[in-house]
Amino acid sequence: MSEGMTPIVKNTARLVSGFIAVFGIYIALTGHLSPGGGFAGGVILAAAAVLIVLAFGRVTAERIFTPSQCHLWDAAGAGMFLAVALLGYFSGGFFVNFIGHISKGHVGKLFSGGTILVSNLFILIKVAAGLVGAFLALSAFRRQGAGADGGLTEGGMSA
Amino acid sequence: MSTGIYILAFAILLAGLYAIVAKKNVVKIIIGLLAMDYALNLLLVLVGYRTGGTPPILAEGQAPAKLAAAAVDPLPQAMVLTSIVIGLGLTALMVAMGIRLYERYGTFDTNRIRKLRG
Amino acid sequence: MTPFVPLLVILPLGAAFCIVAMAQVSRLRRLAAPLAVAVVLVNLAISALLLGAGDIRTFVGGWGPASTLGIELVCDGLSRLMAVTINLVSLVAFVFAVPYMRRFTKVWLFDAMLLMMIGAMNGVVLAGDLFNLFVFLEIAAIASYALVAFGCQADELEAAFKYMVLGTVGSALILLGVTIIYSLTGQLNMAIVHSLLGKAGLGGPAVMLAAAALLGGLALKAAMVPFHAWLPDAHPSAPAPISAMLSGVLIKASGVYVMARVVFNVFGVSDRLAVILMAMGAMSMLIGVLLAVGQWDFKRLLAYHSISQMGYVVLAIGAAVQVAARPSPDMALAGLCLFGGLYHLLNHAMFKSLLFLSSGSIEQQTGTRELKKMGGLARRMKVTSFCCRVGALSIAGVPPFNGFFSKLIIIIALVLAGHEVLAAMAVFVALVTLISFVKVQRYALEGAAADAHAADAVEAPVLMQTAMVVLAVICIVSGLAIVPLRQHVFGPAADALLAAGKLLSMGGAP
Repeated sequence: MSEGMTPIVKNTARLVSGFIAVFGIYIALTGHLSPGGGFAGGVILAAAAVLIVLAFGRVTAERIFTPSQCHLWDAAGAGMFLAVALLGYFSGGFFVNFIGHISKGHVGKLFSGGTILVSNLFILIKVAAGLVGAFLALSAFRRQGAGADGGLTEGGMSA
Repeated sequence: MSTGIYILAFAILLAGLYAIVAKKNVVKIIIGLLAMDYALNLLLVLVGYRTGGTPPILAEGQAPAKLAAAAVDPLPQAMVLTSIVIGLGLTALMVAMGIRLYERYGTFDTNRIRKLRG
Repeated sequence: MTPFVPLLVILPLGAAFCIVAMAQVSRLRRLAAPLAVAVVLVNLAISALLLGAGDIRTFVGGWGPASTLGIELVCDGLSRLMAVTINLVSLVAFVFAVPYMRRFTKVWLFDAMLLMMIGAMNGVVLAGDLFNLFVFLEIAAIASYALVAFGCQADELEAAFKYMVLGTVGSALILLGVTIIYSLTGQLNMAIVHSLLGKAGLGGPAVMLAAAALLGGLALKAAMVPFHAWLPDAHPSAPAPISAMLSGVLIKASGVYVMARVVFNVFGVSDRLAVILMAMGAMSMLIGVLLAVGQWDFKRLLAYHSISQMGYVVLAIGAAVQVAARPSPDMALAGLCLFGGLYHLLNHAMFKSLLFLSSGSIEQQTGTRELKKMGGLARRMKVTSFCCRVGALSIAGVPPFNGFFSKLIIIIALVLAGHEVLAAMAVFVALVTLISFVKVQRYALEGAAADAHAADAVEAPVLMQTAMVVLAVICIVSGLAIVPLRQHVFGPAADALLAAGKLLSMGGAP
């Protein structure tokens, strides 16, 4: 069976997925100014990656983003978020907005709100990597019972 | 507006509960659980609604006190966001488990997924 | 000590993320288990230090007492007790898991998920507001669903699926209760909600619905009798360290502890809630033990006994609520009921984990969980069978082990509170518990080996023995050390619950 879908779908996906990714990053960046934020942006970014997986087939897509990379970025995003929270200890307590203590910025501009912008970015990375990893793990199962494509070794949990 | 939508949210909750209790197919049980989660999220957002309120976004030059008097309550919205993410994690886990159950038992019928007894 | 309180939650979570990142580089994969054990050890040290530190209230993000919207982390007497229990059992389970999990692949995933569950349980006992409590409950629950299914065998998956469906219904009920409370009072902080609900005018059907939803969801998490259907499948099918963690801490931290908090510190004591708690506790006690006696699968028998022992604890807490809700409350008697209940909670964590770990060791060495297929293990697996005996004597309530003292206190407190029938039931249940564990001893440890596999069983690896011996020693010591424990640990815990709003108040509560 040939991988993925027809050439029309493949070309369209190749063109469009970049824009979807940029839109997702935009939603995450302006999370402190308008509705959205890290989680919504992460889901949209993951949707761009899922579009690639659907259009090109799982085997081809896994050469671009392997499950191992997804685990790594997932843990990195979460770890950096925790690091931002821990840096608040220098300003008083846990999770204190230490950038806000340095300079508050202007209401309505991009650089306002302190650590919220940074936290949104790390949540974007984590959610996108997590969802792509989950999708890759779920799509690894085959119809006829055990064994195919390493679906057995995931330990019952996706990402 | 108020009473009708609250009743609708509870109706979806009960429909989800019915699906969990009465259906024998694993996929339908999962859908029932999702319906329950979404009904609760809807209920939580409705709790924060204020008739004729504005979105809780501070425009430039607006005084915070004026916004607090006119806007919809933002705290339930933050809670719902968290709840949606929890629902997402649960969905992924449930679907993965459903797929693996199919691999092991060959069926989605809960009447035949019954190795544990007693 | 104040900055250390959030560390109880952050360290396990951070270590979980580090393990997931490290495991992608195959050379660092061997470091996962030592890192995990080290982190839980540090957690235990912090919670032991917190025992002497007095009550701590800290706000996340510096959103101090002036604003009512901040996330508050509260470390009062009950939280300190639960934190020490959770971290101690987690450390022992992790040490046990290092050799036990060698039969599985992707053990780093197990370590990461178990660390997340530990961090979330610490968060549950430290949470000071309702929604944070719900979020940590969910994290712990989702991690436990995945851990029960870890081996991916058919029965593990089925048990995990059933557990997940029922657990999600329970969580949905809890969220419903929190939603209704928020719509009534507009606040989420537990102390403020308590003072707002206490005022006249907020009584009536809405509060009752919120209480019913919350208690229903929490009873499901604590496996009380009408809602216990998931426990006899989930606990036996899970790997042994996970069974010890689930039965030893999860049903306590996310079930019984939250029930006590919600009834005492949010809704305030009332006779209606007391009757509900006592009825659930008594039913669980009786039905759990009657269903347990007839079991031939060792772990399933232990799982049913968990239901029964949790019934003891909830019954004691319910009796305390009822005594405190009388027109002229006898606070010393309520304190005694709470002391019995909380002491039994700690003891159950110790001896039930010990029993599950020893059953895991037996299962690994003999390859079976059926009591009829084992036999004569007292000769061939000396350390395991010694620890199993200590655990069985503790749960059956034989002096001088810890189970005897806590059950005695509960029975005495029930009689003093005027519930002689319930006290008689508690004695009966203790007798039936003793009978079922005599059966376990007879079939597993004494007698002749019934199976060729059981006949060549050798002793378990050293780390597993160490874990079991530590718990056995604690079982003996915590029974003998009852007086200093009451003064330093359980007294403050009971006071924290009974003083209700006063101790947790933010100093500016209306």
